[in-house]
Formats: sequence, structure tokens, C-alpha cells
Amino acid sequence: MARNLSMNEAVNEALDQEMARDPTVICMGEDISGGTGSPGEDDAWGGPLGVTKGLSVKHGDRIMDTPLSESAFIGAAIGAACSGLRPVAELMFVDFMGVCFDEIFNQAAKFRYMFGGKAETPVVIRCMAGAGFRAAAQHSQMLTPIFTHIPGLKVVFPSNAYDAKGLLIQSIRDNDPVIFFEHKNLYDTKADVPEGLYTIPFAEANVVREGDDATIVTYGQTVQRSLDAAGALAKEGIECEVIDLRTLSPIDMDTVLESVENTGRLVCVDEANPRCSIAADVSATVTQEIFGALKAGVRMVTAPHTPVPFSPALEDLYIPGADRIAAAVRQTVAN
Amino acid sequence: MPGTITPIVMPKWGLSMKEGTVTRWLVHEGDEIAAGNEIMEIETEKIASALEATDSGRLRRLVAEEGDLLPVKALLGVLVEGEVSDEEVDAFVEGFVAPADEDEDEEEEEGIAYRYAETAAGRIRYAVRGEGAETVLLIHGFGGDLDNWLFNLDALAAESTVVALDLPGHGPAPTPIPDPSVPGLATAVFDFMDAAEVETAHLVGHSLGGAVALAIAAAAAPERVRSVTLVCPAGLGPDVNRGYIDGFVSSASRRQLKPVLENLFADPGLVNRSLVDGVLRYKRLDGVTESLEALADGVFPGGAQRWVEPGAVAGLGVPVLVVWGAEDRIVPAAHAEAAAGAGAAVEIVAGAGHMVQMEAAPRVNSLITAHVARAAA
Repeated sequence: MARNLSMNEAVNEALDQEMARDPTVICMGEDISGGTGSPGEDDAWGGPLGVTKGLSVKHGDRIMDTPLSESAFIGAAIGAACSGLRPVAELMFVDFMGVCFDEIFNQAAKFRYMFGGKAETPVVIRCMAGAGFRAAAQHSQMLTPIFTHIPGLKVVFPSNAYDAKGLLIQSIRDNDPVIFFEHKNLYDTKADVPEGLYTIPFAEANVVREGDDATIVTYGQTVQRSLDAAGALAKEGIECEVIDLRTLSPIDMDTVLESVENTGRLVCVDEANPRCSIAADVSATVTQEIFGALKAGVRMVTAPHTPVPFSPALEDLYIPGADRIAAAVRQTVAN
Repeated sequence: MPGTITPIVMPKWGLSMKEGTVTRWLVHEGDEIAAGNEIMEIETEKIASALEATDSGRLRRLVAEEGDLLPVKALLGVLVEGEVSDEEVDAFVEGFVAPADEDEDEEEEEGIAYRYAETAAGRIRYAVRGEGAETVLLIHGFGGDLDNWLFNLDALAAESTVVALDLPGHGPAPTPIPDPSVPGLATAVFDFMDAAEVETAHLVGHSLGGAVALAIAAAAAPERVRSVTLVCPAGLGPDVNRGYIDGFVSSASRRQLKPVLENLFADPGLVNRSLVDGVLRYKRLDGVTESLEALADGVFPGGAQRWVEPGAVAGLGVPVLVVWGAEDRIVPAAHAEAAAGAGAAVEIVAGAGHMVQMEAAPRVNSLITAHVARAAA
């Protein structure tokens, strides 16, 4: 049966069920069990936003609280993956990933290639990303482009609870390192989620709305904002196709190209900073592959090239909103 | 003579429908409408279909605009018979209050809409509608589930108690298929009838479910089976589109699956995003691919139907109706001849494909209703 679960609950259930199914799956991270050193409160916390709450009770020492030392425990998780486990490491905020780039970029991402395919690194690194949570510039970044840039890493970004469960189980079963993004603003959003285990394949974009006039390509929290824009535009007679990429590496360009071949117009929406972003990448690929199909210049709607502001008013303006997305679509259609 | 005002409201097609989008009006304000006329196209999460008028009259007011997304029972238009002033129509539209959806309360809906039966094959999900003296049991086909009957459940429930089940290996929480064969599925449905306390039933089987219905009837008619309706059934001839079956099982993406599902309908435009998504959600569940592979090899080995018993129709002692979409691309409508030869009534529905119960729902509903009434008399 499908139940209406929040993304928070869906992630928790995916970890719980896959750990029950596969004894090689372990979880490690800061405070994921919670209250380390506080007797009687072992399950007090469950991660900074409570996503792993309850798992330590069920799975005991397979839920490991780590010291506040990202480079050490991410390295440990990668090493464990090389020697037969399927670790899911939680790195809290993606903003902290900088201190363990060597383990991720130079080690995990390279093993399969440099050992001639003989080594596999089935590690998942979960992390929170994105703005809108009033958490300021060091806890709000959308660093998806940095990881998408590295060959050997897979990059996953669910926009809803159903996708989160299926993509996380797929990520755990995948034999390569996966960076699994969770948007802080989406944890409370709900969707129908099946009780049982299921997987959503990588590189399978989701066409969340069909339309013939313009294609909006996005991922994460801007999927709903794009749908809101498409709803408003439909009242003006402009029908948008909205594509949720779901995975950024590998990326499903076939679905994007097929859609733009039909609509002739493309708006790429990305919460990341604009330079070298997913939006820029998709724009460039479409322009290179099917320039002749385009009826108007490609438009990008992104965050500005600044840190995320702490002022709530500015932060709200920073994230691409439905109005900006709709305005960009109107511009392409006017051409 | 004082006139009467009749509202046209958003229909409820299937248990899960909460709202629908008016995609196109097919009639104009001022048109005379007869009951049964198609008046608008509505798209739901599951499928697009035409709404047929249930009453006659002059269409005096289009309330819903094309593109409007409206809840079930919302006012779409106003039909008038006799003399009614514009003011009276205005007042009616103004004062219209959509009746509460009886399933509005979510908890209540879970309780009423779906039930579960514990059987030897595991936990089987089913739905019950209506309170008629006769029970109609709906059995879906390969890869389907009880939602395949979403345009039929409520219509048939006007006269009968309607029960629709998910076969083992199907539905949102699929159980393993203990014996992937037609007789094996027949046993599972028998077990279900016992568990759900369905003493006697008019069986309606679609596609592979048709062969299952025939196998049950062959074993238990007339004691527990009062009549049989076979909708584009397996079991009457050797042919089956194994390319479709293999495509259904192996397709992992929307782009692969959509052209496969288009084989199910005479009008491929009916295969919308939600229909494809629904099938993908089922196919992504752990174990489903293996289960369907085993079932395909069990019932259609080497691309031919294993269980072919058209002769069974003759010896049942209960009436048999065969309904087929003329443009069925999965199981050929020509197989109906074997059933006709064995004494079944046969109706070939023009302009419909394998999912004839969806594509030509009103026609199929009235055929089944009449057939059940005749058999019960």
C-alpha cells in the first residue's frame, strides 16, 4: 500500500528497509544515532534534522556516530566500501564536503578506473543542500555542479518523497560512489510512497508535466516552483513541459532533447550559482546537439553569482521563484 | 410547464479519483443534449475519457472552462428541460454546493475503498462497491490491477455488489505468484473467494483474467459461478502478442514503456504520462520483474498461450458473454469465433482495443449489466 510520507520519513524508511534486507549496509555520520556521550539518550537526535531517528534502536551498532571529523569518517566509509560493506555516510551539509575532497575526488571516484575495473566502491554520501532554510552562507549552498563535474561519481537529487526512497535504495545497491542530495526545504513535503522496497533507475528523468510550447528542465526544490510557473502560464495559453532530472550524473539528456525537439524552447532552472551549473551544462548540450530545433535562445534561471544571503528577504529572492521562471518562459515564447 | 434544472458534475472514475481536468467541451451552450451524448473530455490522473450525459436537456450554461482542474462532483454545466429563466439558472449556479465526496475522509477511504483478504497466496487487496443481491467479481489481466476497472466499478455497482481484486504478483504490494499458470491463478482466485466470503459470483475476466475466469467456471459452475463475461480474453485461442508481453516486462523507462502500452488502446493518445507512471511504479517494486517473467513463461511459453480451452464454454451450464475490442492488438478478436461456436454471446466493439473496458466503458458496462441481469433472472 502506498502511504502519504514526508521525504524525511521516506529516506528513513529506505535506510531501514535496505539495512534489514542487506546486512552489509551500515550508516555512519555525525549525530546520526544521536546524543553521543549522553547516557540514556542514544536515540535522542537522529541527525541534525532527525532523518535517521529510530534507526539505531533497530539496527544497533550498524548506525555509527562519528567524531566531528569529516575527512576521517568519509575516508573510513570509502575504505569500508572497498572491503565489502555498503556504507551510507551522512555528511550533514554539503557545504562541509570541502574538507574531504581528496577522499571523494581522488580516491573513491578514481578506484574503478585506476584499478582497471577490478575495484568497486559502493559508498553513498548523503548530504543536505540548498537555500531557504535561514542557515546562512556556509550551510545553504547548492554544490551539485562540483560533484557532477567529477567523472566516477554519481549525483542524485530527489524532488519528492517517492523518488527519495526509490533513488536512495538504488544508490545503496549501486556499485559506484553516489553523492545523494537531500534538500532541507523538501523534508516535510509529502507524497504517496509504497510500503515495500523499490528502485528508480539512474538517468531516468521524470516528465512531471507535459506541454508543447516550452521545456523547463530542473531538479530539487525548483521542480515545484517550475510546476507553479507552468500552472500560471497555462492560464495564459502557454503549455510547458516540466522535466525533473532526478539524477545529474548520469544525466538523462535523451528525455530533454526529445522534449526540446517538440517544444523548440528551453528554460533551465537551477538553484546553484550560474557559472558551470547544471543549467549551463544542459543549455550547452541542447544547443550543441539540436540547435536547429530551437525556436528561441535558451534561457537560464539560477541563483545569482553570490553567496547565499542571511537576510530572509534576500534569501527568498536568491532562490529561483515561480515568477522568475514564468518570466523567462514568456521571453522565449515571445521570440 | 415549469422547467427542471439538472447539474452536470465532475464524475468519479475509480476509487482514487479526487479531481479531473476539463480538457475540451464537445458541445456548445444552447445545444440539445440526449442522455448518452459525449459532452466533454476529462483528464484524470489515470486516463483521459469523454464524459457522457446521464440526463437529457438543453445545455444552458457552461460553468467549467477548458483547462479547469476541479474536484469530483464540482459543477461543470447546467442542463435545462422546459421553461427556465436565465435568472433561475444564475441562482442555481450561484447556490450550487458540491455534495461532499463520500470518501473524502482519508482514513474512511482506506477502510471502505480497499480491503485485504488473507489467502494461501498471501495478502490480496480488493475493492467492494455497491450492495446488490448479485455479486460481480472482476479479474484483471497480465500486469494489471483492480484499477483496470476504474470506469466499470461504480457503474456496475448500481445494480450489483462489485468485487475487484489484485491477482497474486500484482497491485501496489504484490505477493509472490505461487503457481504462475492459468489453473494456478484460478486456484488463487478460488482461495480469495473463500477468504472474502464471495459465495457465488458473476465472473468478469479481462485478458489473462478471462482465461482465469473460464478455468474457475469450468471447475465451479453453476454452484459458485452464475455467469461469465470474458473481455478480450486469453484462453480461447493460441495467439498472443508476446512482443507486447516481453516489452511490458523489460521496459524500465517511460520512453521504453509508452510505445508498448500504446498497443493496449485503439487510440494511443489515451496513454498519458500518469498511466505510464502508474505502471512504472508497479514495475519498480522489488520482485515484480522476476514475478512477471515467471508468469509470462508460465502462461505464454514460446509466444503462444499454453491454456487454450474454448470448448470449456459449452459445458458450463451458465451464460457466457464475450466482449472484444475490434482493434485488439494483444489477443486477436478472431478468437471470439471459437467461443461463439461453443454457445457464447459475442459482442465486438468497434473503435476499441485490448482495454475495451476503459476505451468503451459505457458500452461494456451496459453489456455486462444486461448479461448479469439475464443470468440472475
